[in-house]
Amino acid sequence: MAGVSEVNASGAPHPSQPSGGEGGARGDGFSFEVERIFAPLQRTGRGFYLAAAVLSAIFGWGVYAYVRQFNDGLGVTGMNRPVYWGIYMANFVFFIGISHAGTLISAILRVSGAEWRRPVTRCAEVITVFALIFGGLSVVIDLGRPDRLLFVLQHGRLQSPILWDVCCISTYLTGSLIYLYLPLIPDMAILRDRGIGRLRWLYRLLALGYRGTKRQKKHLEFMISVMAVLIIPIAVSVHTVVSYIFATTLQPGWHSTIFGPYFVVGAIFSGLAALMIAMAIIRRAFRLEGILKDVHFNNLGLILLTMTCLMIYFTFNIYLVEITGNEPMIMAAVMAKVTGPYALPFWGMILGGFIVPAVILAFPKGRSVKGCVVASILIVIAMWLERYLIVVPTLMHPRLPWPEGIYTPTWVEWSITAGCLAAFALLYMLFARFFPIVSIWEVQEGIDESIPQVTERFAEYMPEPLGEAV
Amino acid sequence: MNLPESEPRASASPEASGLPYGRGSELPEARATAPARRRALQLLAAGGAVLLSLPLLLARRLWAAAAPPSNGTPEATLRPKWGLVIDLDKCTACQACAVACRAENNVPVAGPEEAALARGIYWMDMLKVVEGKYPDVHTQFIPTPCNHCENAPCVKVCPVGATYYNEEGIVAQMWARCIGCRYCTTACPYTRRYFNWRAPNWPEELRSQLNPDVATRPRGVVEKCTLCHHRIRKAREKAHAEGRQLTDADVRKLPACAQSCAAEAITFGDFNNPDSEVSQAARSPRAFRLQEELGTKPKAVYLREAKWQE
Repeated sequence: MAGVSEVNASGAPHPSQPSGGEGGARGDGFSFEVERIFAPLQRTGRGFYLAAAVLSAIFGWGVYAYVRQFNDGLGVTGMNRPVYWGIYMANFVFFIGISHAGTLISAILRVSGAEWRRPVTRCAEVITVFALIFGGLSVVIDLGRPDRLLFVLQHGRLQSPILWDVCCISTYLTGSLIYLYLPLIPDMAILRDRGIGRLRWLYRLLALGYRGTKRQKKHLEFMISVMAVLIIPIAVSVHTVVSYIFATTLQPGWHSTIFGPYFVVGAIFSGLAALMIAMAIIRRAFRLEGILKDVHFNNLGLILLTMTCLMIYFTFNIYLVEITGNEPMIMAAVMAKVTGPYALPFWGMILGGFIVPAVILAFPKGRSVKGCVVASILIVIAMWLERYLIVVPTLMHPRLPWPEGIYTPTWVEWSITAGCLAAFALLYMLFARFFPIVSIWEVQEGIDESIPQVTERFAEYMPEPLGEAV
Repeated sequence: MNLPESEPRASASPEASGLPYGRGSELPEARATAPARRRALQLLAAGGAVLLSLPLLLARRLWAAAAPPSNGTPEATLRPKWGLVIDLDKCTACQACAVACRAENNVPVAGPEEAALARGIYWMDMLKVVEGKYPDVHTQFIPTPCNHCENAPCVKVCPVGATYYNEEGIVAQMWARCIGCRYCTTACPYTRRYFNWRAPNWPEELRSQLNPDVATRPRGVVEKCTLCHHRIRKAREKAHAEGRQLTDADVRKLPACAQSCAAEAITFGDFNNPDSEVSQAARSPRAFRLQEELGTKPKAVYLREAKWQE
């Protein structure tokens, strides 16, 4: 931020400062219902205050629970020996997974030139940034000595997978922030020039004096495309490295080569589901039915269906190989899930989180907004359970004969988890209040330029028409 | 790298890009500000590149800081490699070793509630193996301290180097460094590492007998068996004061567990000395190590004559 303000201060004067929110410029120049996107930046309904109050209350309760834990130690959780990790670790993997909704999906769609992405990218990229924050925070919450957090930088050992995570996640967060910010610049300029929104001084600062000249646009688009390409390997590395925390140990059920890709697929899977829930809420709350259209849900639903199939395939792989191998150590952890104390969440996850969404999404009618939201909610719950079922049953059955561990999360753990989710939703809501949640300039650009471009591109695919070829 | 005024860019008005920005862009000042904006974008790109490469730079520094354990050098082979031999055929399962260990190392008392939640700390623990089927059934107690593996999974995963191989092969733990992430406790295939879930506590009667040679641990850190390295140091200083080297006889009953073992089932010694009692015992056909197949190379060797029954 310091760099940004510096540039702006040293830059030339702003000839186009809005003349006190003068309304003459509004709506002009756009050929779609841009007012719908501006509206939430200008007016705040009762629903917002109500939701914000509820979420703040839950968040406050979570903070209280954390203060209790901070003062009394991790003894207030349900963790013990040998279940040294509990739902905080599950939350960590879950939130990092959710973060793959945004930047990765948006980058892949951008790189592959999927034109329907335009209204979707911003709401996806915001999820990434906030989910990453809470993913990282979950690990800090899990620490026995959070006061020694900076030892990780001071005394860090690069041989430890935790350091790999620190590197990858901080890189991903930085990259995601840049990738969120770059396409925001023209929108900031639009808000600045029209005097719309609450934080005009901030928009002016963030717009960096952008005027939409050809040269500026060229540079901006170059940087966006560079970041879009860069962010894909970074995102893949992040969840691979998260899986390495488990896979590099000798613990039964964790020590598996499939974990890297399995985690990446699971991350995109849960992230997409979270994105569709967020989109549905935005569409409803801001009345953006004309912008976030049914076709977007249909298309994302198709990607989600692909990921569901991949998840089923990977899960089948893991359990088939483990069960046919029949190693006693591994079987103890597997049977705890298949028939043991975790049978209900396990089969709930398989049937409710994988099979049912696959069936819903397989039919065109199921890929309606409602169908997608139902499938997505099931998937998000199942993917949290999936992370829980990776962490806990294995730890309950360590290699050495040991009276089986027990683990029941306490109210502190549930409260902190709820607090994190509430704070995540709250931050997302606040972002949508202060910044356009749909990329205005990209949608407009799509309307202006996509059709001839796509027509041209499609013409390239086809054989030359006979009349012209001769 | 053309200067903007060398180009006919006055025509680059917003209409040209088809985007509806403010009328300000048509003003002549827009041309003058173009280089500043370009600089801004360049700066942003450079800043992004620097931020992205920061973790890499950090990584290089950290890699240099994290020196590998110094075994393998000729100097290191002269140093002792401490370990334990536990003869299960002599063990009477009296558990005196566990009690002595507690007292010696200021292991906190969990109390009944916390112990019921499986949060007790036992540097020397008992593994119970039930053999045979009723009516022909018996239980083997296996005293299990930390194995001080030569290829320790816990040392590999510690993010801050709080657990490390000391120069005499002991897997040591720095309480003051540990951040309490409990990665080592999950990585240990023997589950021989313990976490201070709550602030350590001792009943009033036990406080006056805390051992001044061993630091107590704060809440939120991992602790484990240290092979009584404070006793090793003391013994070495005593030997040096008497002008001689430390011998096998000096150390064979050195740790609290070995000292307290009435059956003399536990022996301590130097695995780098082929003539030491532990080295000889380790060559016995009765010798085995826990989960040898994992390749962790434990330095706690067990002796047992009988075959294990299913």
